Order: sequence, then C-alpha cells, then structure tokens
Amino acid sequence: MGDEERENGRRPRLAVWKFASCDGCQLTLLDCEDELLALSGKVEVAFFHEAVTAPDEGMYDLSLVDGSITTPADAERVQHVRAVSRRLVTLGACATAGGIQALRNYADVAEFRAAVYASDAYIDTLATSTPISAHVPVDFELRGCPIDRGQLLEVITAYLAGRTPDTPAHSVCFECKRRGTPCIVVARGIPCLGPVTHAGCGALCPAYGRGCYGCFGPSNSTKFPAFIPLLRRDGMNTLDVVRALRTFNTAAPEFDAASRKEELG
Amino acid sequence: MTVGTAVSTVLDRDGLDALITLLAEDGRTVIGPTVRDQAIVLAEIGSGADLPYGWGVELEAGHYRLRSRADGAAFAHSAGPQSWKTYLHPQRERQWTADLTADGDMEVREETSPPPSYAFIGVRPCDLRAIAIQDRVLGGGPHADTRYAARRRQAFVVAVECTEPGATCFCVSMGTGPAVGPGYDLALTEVVDGRGHRFLARVGSPEGEAVLARLPHVPADEETAGTARRLVEEAAARMGRTMPEVDLRELMRETLDAERWNDVTARCLTCGNCTMACPTCFCTTVEDVTDLTGEHAERWRRWESCFDVDFTHLSSGPVRASPLSRYRQWLTHKVGTWHDQFDSTGCVGCGRCIVWCPVGIDITEEAHALDAERAAASGDGEVER
Repeated sequence: MGDEERENGRRPRLAVWKFASCDGCQLTLLDCEDELLALSGKVEVAFFHEAVTAPDEGMYDLSLVDGSITTPADAERVQHVRAVSRRLVTLGACATAGGIQALRNYADVAEFRAAVYASDAYIDTLATSTPISAHVPVDFELRGCPIDRGQLLEVITAYLAGRTPDTPAHSVCFECKRRGTPCIVVARGIPCLGPVTHAGCGALCPAYGRGCYGCFGPSNSTKFPAFIPLLRRDGMNTLDVVRALRTFNTAAPEFDAASRKEELG
Repeated sequence: MTVGTAVSTVLDRDGLDALITLLAEDGRTVIGPTVRDQAIVLAEIGSGADLPYGWGVELEAGHYRLRSRADGAAFAHSAGPQSWKTYLHPQRERQWTADLTADGDMEVREETSPPPSYAFIGVRPCDLRAIAIQDRVLGGGPHADTRYAARRRQAFVVAVECTEPGATCFCVSMGTGPAVGPGYDLALTEVVDGRGHRFLARVGSPEGEAVLARLPHVPADEETAGTARRLVEEAAARMGRTMPEVDLRELMRETLDAERWNDVTARCLTCGNCTMACPTCFCTTVEDVTDLTGEHAERWRRWESCFDVDFTHLSSGPVRASPLSRYRQWLTHKVGTWHDQFDSTGCVGCGRCIVWCPVGIDITEEAHALDAERAAASGDGEVER
C-alpha cells in the first residue's frame, strides 16, 4: 500500500479495464470466491464493468488491465488508463503479449475484414494486436491464458503489503517436478512446450497427460535452437512447430522470433 | 541376532506384504515404488499389492519407458522420476507464521507441526548414499535444518539391493552400489528363480531387528544367500555408464575454460529438470506470503535450481546470467567443489539427470569429454573414451 493511502486511512481504489480479450482474465477476479469478501473489504472496487454498475471516475491506486490494443480508439484509451493509474498491472496473455488475436500480425487485416464482414464500413481496426507495454509503461505483467487465480491474489496482496509479487519466471518443468509429475516428454514422447514456458499454472496440462501449450508465454531462459529439435523428434513437422508457437502468446518476442525462424526454414 | 549383514533371513511375498502392513499399523506413512502415470513413482502405499510387481523400465538419455517383466519382480527397475528428497526435503515447506497483535506488534511462530513418521520401502544403494549426502548438507553444520533432521531421525529405511541396473546407471563408478552400504534398518535382495519369489533380508539397526522379528520369516538358506550375492555381483558388471577413472574434482578444476562447456551449453535447455530429479540437489529459495487482511504472513521455503537465472539475482542482476555459467556451476559443484564444501562428491551415479533431461544430456559423457579435452590439451594422445 502506498504511503498516501495509509496516511489517509482510505481503501486503495481498484479499477479493472478491458481491451481486446475474452474477459476471462478479469473474471478471474470474480472467481476468487473465498477471498472476494476480504478483498472488497480491503480495496474499493471503483471501476469494473463486469461487477460494478456505477463506475467511479478519478484516480485509481491499482489498475488491472485485461486485453490487447487492436483499435485506434483503444490506443488512445490506454493512455487515459495509464494517466489515471498509480500502478498498472496487465492480466494475461492478451494484455502482456497481444493474445491470440496477434495472429493478425502475420497476415493482412484488410483481407480478413473483407472476408468476415458483409460491409466493413464501420470496422476501424489496427493492422496489429499489441501488448499494453507497447503503448504505456507497465508496472507488472501477469502471464497466462487465463491468468492463475493464485497469482492474481498474490499481485493484489503484494501490492497491499508494499512488496514485490512472487511469480517465478523459470520453466514449467520446475512445476512438474515439484508436483511429482513424471516428465511426459521423457516417459511418453509427448511434445511439450514446458521447457521454454514460463511457470505459474502449476504444470496443469502435463499432470493430465497433455503437453504444455505455452499459455504462460516464454520463460526467462528459452533455448529454442536446442528445444525445437526435441519437438521434431516427438513427431512435429515445421507447420506443427509454427502452430505450437503461434497461439495465445504468438507475439511474445521469443515465441515470435522462433516461429518466424522455423517458417523461413 | 547380530546387527549387520552376518545374520540374514528370508521373506516371501506375504512376508514383504506383512512388513508394509506392520509399518503402517505402527503409524508410519509407508512410501514405496508404485506404477502411476506410465512410470514407477514413489508414493504412499497401503500394501504389497501396490508395489510394481512385474514392471521394469527401459532407460536411455532423455528416455524412460515402462516394460512388463515376465519374472514378476517388484524391485527390478532403476531410479525413477523422483527421489526420497521428495519426502525428506519436501518441495515446499512452511518456515514460520507471523501475526499482527492487537497492540501492533508482530508475533512470529516457528513451524512446529510434527514431522511425519515415514517408512521407505525400496531405497536403492545409490539413493541410500544420496540420503547420507543430504544428511551432511541439511542436517549438519552450524545451520542444521531441524525439520529435515526430525523427519530423517524418524524414517524407517528398507533398502533394496540393485540387481537390475539401467542403461544410465553408474553407481560402480561413484562407489555407491549396487551392493547396499550402511544406513538402512532393513536391507532386502530380491531373488526370483525356480524355487520361488523371495527376499533375502538383513538387519541394519536395532529397530530393524525388532520389526523383522515380528514378521513371518525363515533363516536364510545358503542357496538364496548365494544367489542374492551373485545377482548383485552380476549387476555390478552391467552398469550402463561409467565416469572417467580420474579425480573428478581435479578434472573440474582444470577444465573450467574447456571448449566442451560451449558444446554442452548449446544443447542445454536450462529447464532445471536435472536438478529437480537429482537426489542430492538441495537448493531452495524462500517466498513470503501475506494475506489480504495484511495481519498474517508466512514464510515458505521451496525447491530452487542453479539453472534458474533468478537463482543468483542480486541488485545488479544475475551472477550467472549465461547458460554456460549455470550448467558449469551445476556440474563442477556436483562432482568437484561439493568435496570442498561437504567432504564428498554430490553425485551417486543414479543416472536420473541423464534420463530426465528432455534433450538427454549425459553427465558421464560430459565428464569423459572434459577429460579427453584436457588430455588433448596436455599433449597426451591416450584418450580414454
């Protein structure tokens, strides 16, 4: 909690903002069922379209931002969000990396528009989907599609306590080992993005026999030249590899560079 | 009965089952190998029926597959994906809790929950040595981990000699197996032949002696004892891997600038799997947890790894930023500077880091390559490979 709020004795004001997204990450806040009452006692939820009927204007102590920037209007609006926010935290793959909608970055948006809409006269969209950090300074980024509930609470409680959130940036492999899941690459030959993917989900997919699909984006130490041959060994061809890297975090710089390199051959 | 290997007895499958049941009835949490997720994992077992009878494993670098065994053996498999540190040095453990008092002070309470009383069934000789190494690291010195020590003190250890080494095993090179060393309460050697399925049992402690006395058993016959001895001797000759027969500590010291580090780093994913699978890697970090009220805080300790770039994060950034520096730190510590720090090697030759490395980096191959590079640099043409 900032000194100012402590001196005033008032609850910090929380805002939740939506840009291009499915809303899943901001709904994670409402998913904090057991903690929701305690949370609303500690912060004033001043702006949250999904939960508050009368949004409050003014400065916000903590802004949680969901979604990526895909329209000129949103590119303007995010400047406003930054201007009225003391701390700005992005929620999930869209806000942190551009989301699945960043697949447009690899194609011609005008073509999509013509194919999808009978009349595209009212469609005003940008050629790219970009993360919030491409537009304004961001104080903290939460990974995931969707974010992890525990990590969201960690960010909020860390903010209230005035400490740094603890969201390890190492690989998902750490979490499989800590959870006791035998490596599905080694024991079953299942392609898995775990070795290059940021931890935070608790290694959910491998625990159910499915390869990690990288929804938390790149870890803090990716080694794609060593890693991609492993995907090929386990049956992936170039198209498979490119598709595996081009999902929710396709525009994350490490995933983007690796998929472009594969595509070029 | 004498404590040690002089006097031995024989249990059959029912006897082993009775051992597990008896240890559980004594209030212990019995942990042993069992089949789950297409691997032989360590987990709580309720009876002998949970043991992996009839299952073996096929091991290679970066490769593990379950294989059925015609002989129905329970312990003819090598080290699995986990080790006993899962239980003795758990991946996450609370250190203390703190609460704000009415007058604004902080009341801190150290974690005092009673440690579980474990019985470990099927501890391999290499893993028995790994436990001894962690005893020295965690239980010794001026900052002994009292909770580790308490779990360790209460643990009842049933070791099993190794009769079926894997292709990635090199316990002979490290002097840890396949015959059992000290540190067990009971030691078993599994024998399956025309005369039946049985376990040669030896006592290693008064507690082991007391437990064995309560089980249906017969004195060891010469044939069973002889077969058991032969199986272990044959296992020693079937190691899948070797370490170079040189002073590894010296090798590490003399090859810090070797070209080989670049070679291995190009293959390394820096994913951390080797350290998590290693039965002696002990590194941890702490996390401070606060709740929404701001009146309650906890400190937890969790497994960390020298492969995590944040492991050495200081105000100026990570000390070991490059993947090369991280891999080299791990290997030179494991078989080199571990001696300086803890008076032994940190490697027991279990082969887990080889098997569970997704890209199959092989600690023995790297050591041989470093040895060869050193020999070549010193003009010695005789390169052992």
